[in-house]
Amino acid sequence: MSAQVTPLPRPLAKELVALREQVADARAKRGPTFAFGVAEVDAHLADRGLDLGGLHEFGAASATLNDDAAATLFIAGIAAQLADQDGVTIFWTATAFDLYAPGLEQVGLAPDKLLYGQGRKDIEVLAMAEDALRDGSLACVIAEVKAADMTATRRLQLAASDGKTPMLLYRRHRTRDRCPLTSPSSAMTRWRVGCLPSERTPWAGVGRARWLVELVRQRNGNPFSLELEACDAKGRLALPAATGDRTPAQERASRHAA
Amino acid sequence: MRAAGPRFDTPIDDDPGACSVPRGGGWRPGARWAHDGAISRRPSQSDIDALPAHQRPTMREMGRRSEHAEHPFRAMRSDDGTSAAISPAPTWATLWGTPTVVVARTGQRDVINAACPVALDLGLRPGMAAVHARALVADLVVHEAQLDGDSAFLDRLAIHAARKWTPTASVSGADGLWFDLTGTTHLFGGEEHFCRRLLAFLKRLGFTARIAIAGTPGAAHALARFSPGAITRLESGKEAEAIAALPLAALRLEPDALIAAARFGLERIADLYPMPRGPLARRLGLKVVERLDQARGLVAEPITPVVLVDSPIVTLSLLEPIGTPESIAQVIGDLVDRLVDRLRGDGLGARTVLLICDRVDGQAQRLAVGASRATRDGRHLKRMFALRMAELDPGLGIETMHLAVPHHEPLGAQAVNTLLDVGKDCDIATLVDQLTTRAGQSALFRLSSRESDVPERAVQRVSPLAIPKGWPDWKRPARLLKKPEPLSNVVALLPDHPPRRFTWRRQDFRVVAGDGPERVHGEWWRNAQEMWAVRDYFRVEAEQGQRFWLFRRGDGVEDMTGDLSWYMHGVFG
Repeated sequence: MSAQVTPLPRPLAKELVALREQVADARAKRGPTFAFGVAEVDAHLADRGLDLGGLHEFGAASATLNDDAAATLFIAGIAAQLADQDGVTIFWTATAFDLYAPGLEQVGLAPDKLLYGQGRKDIEVLAMAEDALRDGSLACVIAEVKAADMTATRRLQLAASDGKTPMLLYRRHRTRDRCPLTSPSSAMTRWRVGCLPSERTPWAGVGRARWLVELVRQRNGNPFSLELEACDAKGRLALPAATGDRTPAQERASRHAA
Repeated sequence: MRAAGPRFDTPIDDDPGACSVPRGGGWRPGARWAHDGAISRRPSQSDIDALPAHQRPTMREMGRRSEHAEHPFRAMRSDDGTSAAISPAPTWATLWGTPTVVVARTGQRDVINAACPVALDLGLRPGMAAVHARALVADLVVHEAQLDGDSAFLDRLAIHAARKWTPTASVSGADGLWFDLTGTTHLFGGEEHFCRRLLAFLKRLGFTARIAIAGTPGAAHALARFSPGAITRLESGKEAEAIAALPLAALRLEPDALIAAARFGLERIADLYPMPRGPLARRLGLKVVERLDQARGLVAEPITPVVLVDSPIVTLSLLEPIGTPESIAQVIGDLVDRLVDRLRGDGLGARTVLLICDRVDGQAQRLAVGASRATRDGRHLKRMFALRMAELDPGLGIETMHLAVPHHEPLGAQAVNTLLDVGKDCDIATLVDQLTTRAGQSALFRLSSRESDVPERAVQRVSPLAIPKGWPDWKRPARLLKKPEPLSNVVALLPDHPPRRFTWRRQDFRVVAGDGPERVHGEWWRNAQEMWAVRDYFRVEAEQGQRFWLFRRGDGVEDMTGDLSWYMHGVFG
């Protein structure tokens, strides 16, 4: 029994051009993006930035509170840059509140830009986030959940593209060893953030914090990981200076390092 | 009548008082030099010279008697002080200088309806014939009563009460008001305080009022009119004892019944208690028994509240009872459309919308939604009702549905920016309403600063539409632990170095860098433990890159500032 293999018809050059145009159109229609302002990060992203009508997921590198705080600040920094005009509001919803608002203010999220919503369960948090996304009057919506399945993330993604509002979903650790970003989801990008030792300063103090930022998954693009300097007072990230470009350590640094 | 005080200042101010011996000393008069205080009080000449000219004491204050005292009567005017310069304060006596009564025509004669305090003092009483009163008092001022005006004013008062004090208020008789105060007085600081506020309010309007709070309307009616004080508060369940001593007229009886009772020798309400009910009803009428039971709380007497006529309400009566969610949603949609039209016509916006569904079995189901800002957006209202619709229990069916607006605000014409695309609309009021309807009032908030240096007290929740304030720019962690957690095995140099190593949650950390200390003092005005308490906060980084916010109790020098134990309070990213 011989199956007759019919070769696929070779696409014509015209058709290829038309297809490429369609792809370019679809990308153009997707709307504005948010660029981090760090060339290394933006170059690796498929849309040269975060899609402003999409769902983006974030997770901590480990279940420790430090990585948790780093991921929180990473999200807060993005939100601060999204809300840099006057009068815009960010909705932050969670079940348990251990956020410390003065700390968020120091990455550029002033208290008059933040509206908090406390839900009793993850389901309520997701419902509030979806309502807020569909309203379309917010700069972005942030939700902290422990569990969100494929259906929930798909709903959020649709609501975000309907309301043209970015959705930043922070997935907290449910168990100690299992990374929350391994479960399936329809997010546009998925990020994992962890703490790194900061560069030693010439004086005996703590330098600017550093994070290991991993893009675990993205649509139409490849994952990558980068070492970045933490958010400044406006929420902007930075690339660490190369070792050769650093200011030379002074003598007393060696004294204090002991 | 005139105030009894002196009309002029006495020129010499060492008033001997009731006794001729000076009050301060208990010493015999004339021996002032023997009084220590008197001597030491007297300033020396150098002290006086040091003062600026306008502050130097006059000769008289210094106690010298070389200057003659002014003649006491020289300060007075020649016409013996009856001038208008010293006008007495207006009192009831001066305002109602002449006795005044208000008379109303009843039958063939004029009867006193109300009398002023002066007239009451003279023995004129309401119910007395006007001719009799005129005969008793020569210069009596008589006014015609305006009963319609009185009742209109009483209605206005009832509506004011329904807006401000209690939802259930009504006019009682020609001279009273009934309030159902159940669950409302705590808003005004308790019953006592509410009564005093009410009295003060009525006094400003020019009324003398008497208030009684009791468990039944009948008892309150009786006590307000016949008990001695201006405020009477009665505990629930003691109505029968409290009104026992009052005259029968307190029971709101008909005049015929009162006359009959007087003929039988019944004067007080207590006289009715031991009488068998059958003969009592036969002799005085069934109404008397009913009134007695109402006052004692044996028979319910509902108050029919005044309805605020100006609050918009729309009603849909249905042909057949409905019970399915789709039909209820349809009716709610129709009602909202009508209500929005009505509100637009009146120039109002709704803050609270109340849906009342009358069921077949006579019960009313109520559903209220609130708006954080006045609105008449039909789509918004429908969405909020749709979120709450599951709370309605249609039972066997709903016959009539009303949509009322108990709380509304003026709302003018609104700009519609559908033609001009001006970008995102940043108004979050509708979103706040929607989320509040979904998750509850307390779920939405903003965080604002509170004036405290202690980190856990520096944050407070404010309402979602308030404008919060920020914090000072000290380094603060992103997440704060609910309670500071104690550290063990801490190695640190005293007094102001960060720890070198510590153990937290059974994990050892070696510190490679640290900032600090930032000293936070206890708030001594809160409690005694915080009087001297000190926390020294450090920001440290451990070997693996973890950044922590720690503090030590005590400043490391003084023992009373703390026991030098270490705590974890937050983590930096």
